[in-house]
Formats: sequence, C-alpha cells, structure tokens
Amino acid sequence: MIDRHSLLEVDDLRVGFQTENGRVQAVDSVSFSLRRGEVLAIVGESGSGKSVTAMTLMGLTRGPNTSISGTARLDGLELLSATDEQLQGVRGERMAMIFQDPMSSLNPVYRVGDQIAEMITAHRDIDKDAALEQSIELMKSVGIPGAEERASSYPHEFSGGMRQRVMIAMALSLEPEVLIADEPTTALDVTIQAQILRLIAELNSERDVATILITHDLGVVAEIADRIIVMYGGRVIEVGTLEQIFYEPQHPYTWGLLGSVTRIDRPKLDRLAQIDGQPPSLVSAPEGCHFRPRCRFAFAKCTDVPALEVRGGEPGHRDRCHLPPAAKPPARAEILGTPTEA
Amino acid sequence: MGRFVVRRLISMVFVLFIVSLLVFLIFNKLPGGDPAVRMAGRQPTETQIEAIRKEWGFDKGIVTQYTTTMNKVFTGDLKSYFTQLDVINEIWKGLPRTLWLAFGAMVMWMLFSVALGLYSAVRAGRASDRFLTVLALIGISMPVFWVGALMNHYLGFKLGIFPNGGYVPLTENPGDWLYHMILPWTALSILFIGVYSRILRSNVIETMNEDYVRTARAKGLSERRVMLRHVLRNSMIPIVTLWGLDFGAVVGGGAILTESVFDLQGVGQYAADAIGQLDVPPLIAVTMFGAFMIVVFNAIVDVLYARLDPRIRLSGGGAGRGGGG
Repeated sequence: MIDRHSLLEVDDLRVGFQTENGRVQAVDSVSFSLRRGEVLAIVGESGSGKSVTAMTLMGLTRGPNTSISGTARLDGLELLSATDEQLQGVRGERMAMIFQDPMSSLNPVYRVGDQIAEMITAHRDIDKDAALEQSIELMKSVGIPGAEERASSYPHEFSGGMRQRVMIAMALSLEPEVLIADEPTTALDVTIQAQILRLIAELNSERDVATILITHDLGVVAEIADRIIVMYGGRVIEVGTLEQIFYEPQHPYTWGLLGSVTRIDRPKLDRLAQIDGQPPSLVSAPEGCHFRPRCRFAFAKCTDVPALEVRGGEPGHRDRCHLPPAAKPPARAEILGTPTEA
Repeated sequence: MGRFVVRRLISMVFVLFIVSLLVFLIFNKLPGGDPAVRMAGRQPTETQIEAIRKEWGFDKGIVTQYTTTMNKVFTGDLKSYFTQLDVINEIWKGLPRTLWLAFGAMVMWMLFSVALGLYSAVRAGRASDRFLTVLALIGISMPVFWVGALMNHYLGFKLGIFPNGGYVPLTENPGDWLYHMILPWTALSILFIGVYSRILRSNVIETMNEDYVRTARAKGLSERRVMLRHVLRNSMIPIVTLWGLDFGAVVGGGAILTESVFDLQGVGQYAADAIGQLDVPPLIAVTMFGAFMIVVFNAIVDVLYARLDPRIRLSGGGAGRGGGG
C-alpha cells in the first residue's frame, strides 16, 4: 500500500450511521491509495458505500449519528480528525468534488458565475470582479459556449450537461490535487455522458489532477480509469488495474458486474447476465462474505470474512473471495463465457 | 411589470367591491341593525326615528343606500352614524399609530423568528430545540388580549415599569414613544414568533438536506456562510408569503385586540369601537382599507418572490413557477 507517489492514503476506513432501524456499517474497513495523476474508479451498486467513502474524505458525513474510524491522509494531513478550519482549507482548495445530480447541486437562487466565484473568493484573497473573470475563463475551459453571458444566468437556465460542466469548472477553479467525481454522468443523457467523461479524462491528463471516479457503470470506467476498486456491502471486494479487473476478474460479484455490460470481445450472449437478489441490507448484513447469499459458488468457508489479498490474480490484484484460485477460471467462464481472444 | 400592475389593480377593484358590499349587507340585515333606532337615543318617538331615517337616507332602497355610502367613501365625506365625525379623517389620525405598531412588531417578530428558527433547526432534536418547541407552542396558544392584559397589569400597573397603555407620537417625544410601544410590540409579536420560528425551523431543516448545501460545504465555505447564504436565504422564500399577509393585515387594522388592550387608538381600535356600536360607515371604510392593504402587500410579496427566487417570474396572473429544477 505504501507508495512513493501516493497522494491520498486511506487505511481501514470505517463509517457507521446510527439510524432508526439500527446501526448501519456503510463503510467497512476500506483501504486504498491514490497516486498523483491517476484515475481511480470506485465501482459498485447503490448502497455499496462508495459515495459515503468519498464524502467522508471531504468531511461531509460528519455528524452526531456518524461514527468514523481509520485513517485518511492527504499528503500527510489526517482528514478524518481535521478541524473544521483545516477541512475548509482542504475542501475546494486541495480536494474538490463533483456530485451526481447537477440539477440540484447548484443553488437555484444565485447566478452560475457567482457560485463559481464564491469558491474562489472563499480561498483566495482576490476581489469579486477578478474572481468572476476567472469563473468565466473556467467556464470557457470546460466548453460552455458564450461563457461571458452565461455566467450571469441562473442554474435553471442551463441543461443538465451544461450544469455538470459548471460543477466541473467550479471543482477545478482552485486547481485541486484531488478531484472526486461522484457518479458525474448518472443523471445525464448517454450522449452527454461521453462528453463529460472525456472532459474529466482530459482534465486529468492535462492538469495532472488525481481523480476518484465513483460509478456503478463499468462502461464508464473502461474509458478512463487506471485502477479499479470494486465495492460491495461497504467493503472493497476486489482491487486491481483496469486490465486486471476487466480481463482476469477474481470475485464472483465482479463477474456479475462485468456480465451485465455489453462487450464486443466476448461471445454474444442471448441475454446479459444479471446478479440475482438484492444488495445486502447493512442493518442486518450477512455474516462472512456479504455477497454470499447471492453467490452461486458460495460454500462453507464463506461464513468467514475473506481478507483482501492476492488470491489468484497478479501481484497488486487483490480480492476477497475464498474460492481456490484453480476453481476461479471455470466458474468465471460460467458467467462471462470464454473470451474470444485471450 | 406593467401588465402585472394593471392586473393587480383590476383584482383590487373587484376585491374592494365584494368586501364593501358584504360588510354593508351584513350590518344592514343584522337584527337590531337599524341605525335610525339606535341613533335616536333613549325612548325615541316614532316621528323622531322617521326624521332620522329621512335625514340619513335610511328610507331609500338598499342599492341606493350602498351607492351613496360608497360615493361618500371616495369623496371623503363619510360620517359616523354616532359620533358624526369624519371617518376618513379618523382613520387618517389612527394610521400612524397602527403603522408604527405593525412595523415595530414586524421587525421584532422577524428578527426573533429567524434567530430562534435557525437555532432550533441547527440543534434539531436536542434539549434546546425541544425547549424552544414548547415555548413556541405556548406563544401560539396565548391569546393577545390575555398576554396584553397580563403585561399591562403586572409590568404596567403593579411594577410600574411600563405605562398603562396609550400612545405618544414619535415626533413629540421619541423616548416616550418607544416606552409606550414596547409592550404592544411584544404582545403582538409573540404569536407571530411562535408560528414563524416553527415554519422557519422546518424550512431550514429541509433546506439543509439540499444537494446545493452539500456543494456549498464541499466548496470550503465557512459554516456561517453556508448557513446564512445558502440555507437561510433559500429557507426565507416561503416565509415571505406569510409575512406579506400578516403584515398587510396588521397595517390594515387587523391588530384589533392589541390596539384595544393597549389603548393605542389606531385603525384597529377604531374598527373595534365601530363594531360595538354597529356603526356601518367606519366599518366599511376600515374593512376596505384592510382589504386594500392585503391586496397591496400580496403584490409586494409577488415582486419580492420574483426577486428572491429567479425561477419565478412575474406573470399577469400571479406568481407562476417557470423552468425546471
């Protein structure tokens, strides 16, 4: 886990919420590192804990009913125990976030340019007009046509894709080291999704911003991710490079995810694979491997929680599945078929 | 904007017509409502009553009576049946008192509601929030005439800290004016503070869960800025409607109880006295004045609404929501 270029180190992060129905362990021992300039994708169904992980890093899940433990260091600064002032300095300035729904993520009563400028003036000692100038430049750089005029429009006068561009412009305004994009394309039309992803990928390579991309869509990941974390029921169940996860997936849940995506390098299936059942309720999560109740390969050993380690993949490719390495390729072929070229 | 004003003026004429007609009919048809009998004094003879009827035109048809009364309202020579005093003039005299009562109380109730509502919302569920909830319920439940009477009795009469009602014009003695206004303002504000702080509390709690508030935090803004610029600002929008209706009503003489308890001699108290005597001319004039104020403040609310929320545009009809989101 220790890496010379590592920018963000998350170790054994646990986030629990006290709800009316009991305690929910939304994030359970999540560890990962983010290197400078890399795109790290966190993939999983809704409720897998991916957004909570990201928001906890930003300090957005703190509250009387939340218990957070573990460590998350941004270049040595411990985020989980940071003071409010330290967090304010980190938010926007060093780590910026783009949210899922651009429709509701901008304040409807303020002009778009002012909302970007507000972020700049909150951190930099410049006057409002200069910040507004910068906002317009940023809006241009993310491809918003007529940025000069559009800066004085209100959010409801923008389309969804344009609003997400505004969010991205805002997130980039202070040149953060880390960009967290929480399902940035989920609420958008398919054609716009590709544009926004391309924009994020470009910014990542041009500005060298380390990016955490949270999504439930492996198709999105395939376009831009360097490494992938697969989460299920609050745990990381597999982590590896894009190639490792796509070509040598080790965990049955990952197989299910991959099987539900159309691929041109696999035989055409009559119907896409689906993962039967529901994601676990985290109030009464199953003992052992959380995926066990939905896993057709589950066996006695699965009632113990499998450790996240290299089990059948290449070095660095770790997973939480008890299946013996030799048993994995045939089991995988059952779900995904055999690659036409390997 | 021009269309908006024209529409509002048309609706105002309509409202004033209906209100005046209703008041006129109700007080004419009321049992014992015959003004001539009551104006004639004790044990009048039939001829005396007839004479009064003739003199004041009560013998004419109801339509004629209404039109002559309305004529007098607009020409300004409407006279009280009993005091024979000029009604418009009396309202004019009471207006500054009513305006000062309304304005001061409004400032008080808005300040306290915002402070308490915001505090309650931030501390939602904790002991301090529960305490404020109980306090607000008590405030809402206490009638003004009772609170006002208690204040007058204990703070005014027994302790002598405050005067026993009455009004001193601001231009005469500002200190004395304030001294006389504090109790009425407080008494009138209590109910509004209770209602407004509750509504604001729930608005704030709702707004705090909005995505754009999370965005504001993620931008690295201070908590204070997040709460004031993003949460409070958006929570205030629904309050504006209430504010317009309540403030308009108080300005239009709606604070009848407060004015009477503290003997402020404002427009509301004038109306209260008129009701006691079934004195139709002041009643019609005050009701029309009140309706006028409510229509005006409704229009002001719509303009404010459009200012506060850019998604709302002023249309001819009223506040219409435009655009998505």
